Amino acid sequence: MGRIDTRVWLIVIAAGLFVCLAYVPAIIREGDLGFAVSDVFLYEAMINGLLLGGVLALLSLGLNLIFGVVDVVWICYAEIVMLGMYGIYYLHSFYGVPLLIAMPAGILLTAIIGYAVHELVIRHLLDSAPINQLLATGGLLFFFQSVATLAFGIDFRNLGVSLGSFPLTEDIYISWSRLAAFIVAAACVAGLYLFLTRTFMGTAIRAISQDREIMTLMGAAQGRLYLISSAIGGGLAGLAACLLVLQYDVHPFVGLSFGPITFMICVLGGLGNMVGGFIAAFILSELIALGGYHFDLEWGYVFAFAFFIAMMFVRPEGIMGRRS
Amino acid sequence: MLAVEHLFKRFGGFTAVSDVSFHVEQGEILGLIGPNGSGKSTIFNMLAGAFAPTAGSIRFEGRELAGLMPHRIVHMGIGRTFQIPRPFRRLSILENAALAGYYGQEHVTRTEAWEAAEEALEMVGLPTDPRAETSSLGAAGLKKLELAKALATKPRLLLADESLGGLDDSEMDQAADMLGKIRAEKGITVIWVEHIMGVLMRVVDRVMVLDHGEKISEGSPSEVANDPRVIEVYLGTDTIDTGAAADA
Repeated sequence: MGRIDTRVWLIVIAAGLFVCLAYVPAIIREGDLGFAVSDVFLYEAMINGLLLGGVLALLSLGLNLIFGVVDVVWICYAEIVMLGMYGIYYLHSFYGVPLLIAMPAGILLTAIIGYAVHELVIRHLLDSAPINQLLATGGLLFFFQSVATLAFGIDFRNLGVSLGSFPLTEDIYISWSRLAAFIVAAACVAGLYLFLTRTFMGTAIRAISQDREIMTLMGAAQGRLYLISSAIGGGLAGLAACLLVLQYDVHPFVGLSFGPITFMICVLGGLGNMVGGFIAAFILSELIALGGYHFDLEWGYVFAFAFFIAMMFVRPEGIMGRRS
Repeated sequence: MLAVEHLFKRFGGFTAVSDVSFHVEQGEILGLIGPNGSGKSTIFNMLAGAFAPTAGSIRFEGRELAGLMPHRIVHMGIGRTFQIPRPFRRLSILENAALAGYYGQEHVTRTEAWEAAEEALEMVGLPTDPRAETSSLGAAGLKKLELAKALATKPRLLLADESLGGLDDSEMDQAADMLGKIRAEKGITVIWVEHIMGVLMRVVDRVMVLDHGEKISEGSPSEVANDPRVIEVYLGTDTIDTGAAADA
């Protein structure tokens, strides 16, 4: 019970921090609580934080799934998203493929990349020291970046598709692409949850993430479960690519803008713990959004990283992680 | 059903099992006892495929088992329990049994695996409710789950490893009766490895006693209990419950 109590406390503290960060700077600036509470742009920032959290949750979900099952951290995960974004961009902008076809094709592409990363690289390193596995996936990060630079150049490319925005109230405008990203990400999180809890394959995947030794002794085709998880993880990266390509320019280093934050989310939530990652995604995205609103966008990241570092001292195993 | 001949196992210079031969008949319960370090667990592990024998043969229904992978042996119809239960704690009881049933049989559909799991859980008296949590089980419950997992693989021969360890007296009686019931209702042959003689003697048809890797006695429980060599071995060690010898 002690552990659950700690979690509840952490959530209460996070909520308290959230309220402080939301209102205190505004009160200091304006000297008036009433204004801070009725500040529509503050609420717009909060909503945008929530919407960003959905995509970050999706990214951390894929990484957590792979880590939970295969026990290898894919440093190059965000670069797979980048390749997916390029795939969609080229299919749509160069070859004129409609987005509704280009996007599933992008997901398929990244699922294949995920499969290949496991089959060609990780599978051979399963018995190696963890540091070698990290170096290998870290090497893949530079490999993917260099390949993208060679193949596509360093230009920033934009899909040129805008879904526009709609007014939530008189003053608050919500971007359609962000809302779509949030809804798709949330649906996908729910779908993955159902897959993991209601299907036999999902049960097997949860089992192997708990005790791979026993599953091997039971004769489970370990390699197959690894490949399936890697392909699903890759596919989730592709789905994130679909959502991000609508909002951001594509360039070979785009992965660096959300790769590190994805790792932070996974570690903050407890590596391999999908529920923890889900919660952590929203905590960090709100910190970024609110910090960015009150100060500068960069300050948002400063707050998020500072919170992360502080949490690593308080709770190194992550919000939902188990002490080992 | 099972014929073991001239089985040897050496670990480096240490001979854990030395020239042990025995056989098990269809439908019988064979008890395998001996003090710590007598080689009974080593024999158990060779039967289950965890260790390959150094020499000798293990034939199950005429087919050689020595050197096969553990899960291949399970597929052939030999289920095993683990001395120290190690379930997937964050999966439900039913899911644990269903995974065992699915991976423990060849050519089994997922539906059949769920059914086998439910049947096995009913047999040992655990809840078949899909929401029943594994983490709610105590020592006795975990031992029952071990048994259910082995039964879900639809074995013809069941290897039970120290099913009584960590249980109190009434739980031991229940566990012993359970093995008797499994044999009676399912016709499953049982090899029961145990450190404690007491309750085992009540249920088994035949007992084999090991000491220092050698078979020192074999026969009905009463024959074995009165065998001077067995008495010597068991009185010579101070951890053994010798009450059973007097009971039998």
